[in-house]
Amino acid sequence: MIRPRQNVNEDRWHAAIERLVGGEAILLGLWGDAPNVHMALHEGADIAVLTYACKDGKYPSVAARHPPAIRLERAIRDLFGLEAVGAPDTRPWLDLGFWDVRHPLGQQAPAEKPAPYAFLPAEGEGLHQIPVGPVHAGIIEPGHFRFTANGEHVVRLEQRLGYVHKGIESLMAGASLDAAAKLAARTSGDSTVAYSYAFAQAAEAALQLVPPPRAVHLRALMAELERLANHFGDIGAICNDASFALMHAQTGILRERTLRAAQACFGHRLMMDVIVPGGVARDIAPEGVASVRALLTEVRKSFPRLIELYDNTASLQDRTATTGIVKAEYVRQFGAGGYVGRASGRDFDARRNFAYAPYDELKFEVPVLTAGDVNARVWIRIREAEQSLSLIEQILERLPQGPIGANMKIKGVAGEGLGIAEAFRGDVLIWLRLDNEGRIARCHLRDASWFQWPLLETAIEGNIVADFPLCNKSFNCSYSGHDL
Amino acid sequence: MRRTLFESLTRGPLTEAAPLPGEVALAELAQSVERAARAKLGRSLSIRQVDAGSCNGCELEIHALNNAFYDLERFGLRFVASPRHADVLMVTGPVTKNMREALLRTYNATPDPKWVIAVGACAADGGVFAGSYAVVGGVKDVVPVDLHIRGCPPSPTELLKGLLGLLENA
Repeated sequence: MIRPRQNVNEDRWHAAIERLVGGEAILLGLWGDAPNVHMALHEGADIAVLTYACKDGKYPSVAARHPPAIRLERAIRDLFGLEAVGAPDTRPWLDLGFWDVRHPLGQQAPAEKPAPYAFLPAEGEGLHQIPVGPVHAGIIEPGHFRFTANGEHVVRLEQRLGYVHKGIESLMAGASLDAAAKLAARTSGDSTVAYSYAFAQAAEAALQLVPPPRAVHLRALMAELERLANHFGDIGAICNDASFALMHAQTGILRERTLRAAQACFGHRLMMDVIVPGGVARDIAPEGVASVRALLTEVRKSFPRLIELYDNTASLQDRTATTGIVKAEYVRQFGAGGYVGRASGRDFDARRNFAYAPYDELKFEVPVLTAGDVNARVWIRIREAEQSLSLIEQILERLPQGPIGANMKIKGVAGEGLGIAEAFRGDVLIWLRLDNEGRIARCHLRDASWFQWPLLETAIEGNIVADFPLCNKSFNCSYSGHDL
Repeated sequence: MRRTLFESLTRGPLTEAAPLPGEVALAELAQSVERAARAKLGRSLSIRQVDAGSCNGCELEIHALNNAFYDLERFGLRFVASPRHADVLMVTGPVTKNMREALLRTYNATPDPKWVIAVGACAADGGVFAGSYAVVGGVKDVVPVDLHIRGCPPSPTELLKGLLGLLENA
């Protein structure tokens, strides 16, 4: 259940923070909407959104008591100029000092020359620093990693992100629903279906629309194809970072076959812009069902052998088992979603916990492990890929006939809505408010990576520098989805 | 593992025939690539990919070039880890203001002769992100571009067409 948004006073804001600290609530998001700040919480089976009206551009810091909010507050400060009173870290986060304006979404001011960025100190004998990025050695997104190491062992990793910040939320303001949906679909390309899914849910909630059953099922079909493709890609890429190229080659074939099935069904390999507010933009092609069935047959034949290969290769297990352990208490505190959370014992999946259509009618299990290492994150992906195969079969079995889009007549009433969808890496949350013309007044997109990136810093501690690519790949956080 | 390897040997390759070079891409190349470069490079090109702000969609399809179906290396094209080893910079994304300097430095670290390929709709002119306070624009607004491969994202086949054009004319 998504509860209606509530305006709260300082006491109730603090009470919510205490529930976060006590673990009764999980922080789902914290974002600016000048002059207000909104906080989304997951409490019991519900999602609650609380609004605090800033006084003189100030609000009581959540991060002061609850560290998962640190980067969110730094981002709010950069984008809106709203200050979190008592914040433990006031360094900039997304504003790296290259923009012409400060606080582009709030009270704009001309940019000032930034002070040099102060990385957190690590002191001790024989420590050295290794700066990596933003341009990395591979076909990956840009970001900066500052390692402090003692010989081979990492003592501290500090991330500095924001390099691919494109100002998506500012481009959304004033945009039509169509234009905004295109931006949402390009927030993190690997999760384009999940973003379009969550955006459509949010827009439909704001417009009080219900998409037709056929559209809902096609959405889930796309979401599961996207999950399959990404999990195949990740399993291979993680093994490749342990120099086991055979697995990479084999899962690369499965990934390619999945994308080709997606192309046959929906005319786009990544299925971009197919999910739209109200339904889906196009129906599955007549030959699509057969191509998906062929894919399932192929995967059912070859994937078990690859799982066996992973399980029986001791040299590979030697690299992945006990490497990059994420503590259970951290994933609980940060509300880390996806395989990062589930590999460390956090039994959460937005498809099940919030049971959005059509997952409320489908049967699937949410695999959970407790080891928290790279190996566990591989196994979660393997088990989830198997669940996706079953989900796709169920969807094909029951795919209802009927229209694929709702009547999108904008009612001329300002509304707001929240959507949440389980992307392959975790839950994507989108909140938006429409103006009277049905345009976007404010839209916030929160990638699962916000609550996973900080845990990567903890996972690498005490590991060797050479295992960082392995740990990083096992997280596969989104830079673009985080930087916005 | 032996069974998987053995089947890979006996099954026959998945690799598909190379597509014809894209005509539009070829026309664009003819103007920007000098004849003299052919002798210097032979039929081998090293590519350094730079994400200057992309949504990571283009990266997924560039990755796919290395899979068994497209097998980029059979054309003498390969991805390298450092701009200092590269002949070609393959740049994706609208160039964000936060990445402009990093892109420039990468370009300056690449030895001459060099080519720049802008991949994707955003790399051409900023795409859906054009006009943002955080975006410079297309790749050509920061470094000289020799070839545009369009698409959102371009499919591996489209990427291959563009790259083959570069190889056959370089």
